[in-house]
Amino acid sequence: MRHVLPVLTVVAVIVAIWYAAAVWLNAQWALDMAKRQDREMSASELVLDTWSQEKPKLPAPHQVATELWKTTVEKKVTSKRSLVYHAWVTLSATLLGFALGTALGFALAVGIVYMRVMDMSVMPWVIASQTIPILAIAPMIIVVLNAVGVSGLLPKAMISMYLSFFPVVVGMVKGLRAPSRMMLDQMRTWNATKGQEFLRLRLPSSMPYLFASLKIAMAASLVGAIVGELPTGAVAGLGARLLAGSYYGQTIQIWSALFMAAAVAAFMVALIGLIQRVTLKRMGMS
Amino acid sequence: MTAEEPEIAHRTVIEASNLNLTFETNDGPVHALRDVNLQVGKGDFVSFIGPSGCGKTTFLRVMADLEQPTSGTVLVNGVSPEEARKARAYGYVFQAAGLYPWRTIGGNIRLPLEIMGYDRPVQAKRVKEVLELVDLAGFEKKYPWQLSGGMQQRASIARALAFDADILLMDEPFGALDEIVRDHLNEQLLALWARTQKTICFVTHSIPEAVYLSTKIVVMSPRPGRITDVIESPLPQERPLEIRDTPEFLEIAHRVREGLRAGHAYD
Ligand SMILES: Nc1ncnc2c1ncn2[C@@H]1O[C@H](COP(=O)(O)OP(=O)(O)O)[C@@H](O)[C@H]1O
Ligand SMILES: [Mg+2]
Repeated sequence: MRHVLPVLTVVAVIVAIWYAAAVWLNAQWALDMAKRQDREMSASELVLDTWSQEKPKLPAPHQVATELWKTTVEKKVTSKRSLVYHAWVTLSATLLGFALGTALGFALAVGIVYMRVMDMSVMPWVIASQTIPILAIAPMIIVVLNAVGVSGLLPKAMISMYLSFFPVVVGMVKGLRAPSRMMLDQMRTWNATKGQEFLRLRLPSSMPYLFASLKIAMAASLVGAIVGELPTGAVAGLGARLLAGSYYGQTIQIWSALFMAAAVAAFMVALIGLIQRVTLKRMGMS
Repeated sequence: MTAEEPEIAHRTVIEASNLNLTFETNDGPVHALRDVNLQVGKGDFVSFIGPSGCGKTTFLRVMADLEQPTSGTVLVNGVSPEEARKARAYGYVFQAAGLYPWRTIGGNIRLPLEIMGYDRPVQAKRVKEVLELVDLAGFEKKYPWQLSGGMQQRASIARALAFDADILLMDEPFGALDEIVRDHLNEQLLALWARTQKTICFVTHSIPEAVYLSTKIVVMSPRPGRITDVIESPLPQERPLEIRDTPEFLEIAHRVREGLRAGHAYD
């Protein structure tokens, strides 16, 4: 409760700056219009106009809020015009890609920790894979997969996977290596098998690292799914909404799609945070 | 046949002959152990004492198959350290308690038992027994962070006692604890040793601790790490803490101190 006031203050400041910026950015267009129609505009008229244009450079907060309200609450979720529907399309690809990426990252991390050869050879490739701009290879992945008859959810999920396996590899390699030499020696004195060492020591030790990685992976996954929707001119999904919005100059639509994406990401990351708290608490680690 | 009988009665549990170990480091070779010869009999309480860097830990780790000697041999129960380790012949207590933070005290003690495949009822019984042995009954459900340092170290000793190893290797287990706690734990350790009849190898750098606990004191010195004196203690099995003020005790302590000083005369 103590935090409510500071948070509200910050929000209020941001909203105020946003409104001011909307005036500043949209004023030119309003003035041009007035000039063409050869009419005078008072200052207050000008301000009101900048906050209610149909295709503003920067939509005002209430315009975005209204659009969000209309496209989420007032539309049936099955409707093509419902933002909830589009968010779900993107989220399903995100979740599939996240699951695949986590599995891949986990498997690579285990290999790197247990096999010297992989330790030496895999990591450079993993890092190199992330230096390639995703925007450059996303279309290729989509096109190649389409050519072999894979379309819809999977190509998008592949791009999500491509982005999300990376934090999981990095985090899990660190996590699985977290046990001290002493603890590993201890396992050796008990003549524990590799499997026992993994399940009873390395895996539990890696949990805090795993959750930190999963949060980043989830956000990266969402970005991947949205990027995956751009090059195909996909008909559904938040990426499609962004693309369509930019074709037709529908800035309000773009901004509401962006906010929806942010909300989805925030929700998923918070969900992982919750699972993290419960898990670590049950493990006695927090 | 009859001539061998006393041999069997006082069986050699650990035997090191001409043991050498050199670590290759970036600053050149470090001769951690040189020409180490030692016999430890069944039921002995052997302390290893010497300044830091004299190879006490390394020697213990060689016995435990955590380090490989460069030359020479060590036999544990008549077999190589590796075979002894695989037969789970010893429990090892490290300098830090090394309890798993995500397991309760009971869960920590159960860990080696799970790994070694003890039945669940046996596990539960052993956990109870050893917790009583180290005076921690009632702490089974607590997490390590809820215990003091001394209690954590006792729990880690309990963990090393829980399975059927008749050798206990302890590397400065009480090094990080204050004097009073240490005295108390030393007393308990002696009682525990008397009750369990285990062979104990105990690393320390405290002279009173070594003299108070041991039947045999191995004095070591550094660069290269070697044994400079082995002292058989004439002190009785029954040792109240006050024994530390008797002339016998002080005499052994004096001999240990002399041994340590002689080791230093080299450099
Ligand atoms: N893994 C290692 N690699 C290189 N040098 C080591 C290693 N372990 C110990 N040493 C060196 O061997 C010597 C003996 O170390 P140690 O057995 O730990 O001594 P102590 O336990 O008596 O203090 C020291 O000089 C130490 O620096
Ligand atoms: Mg040491």
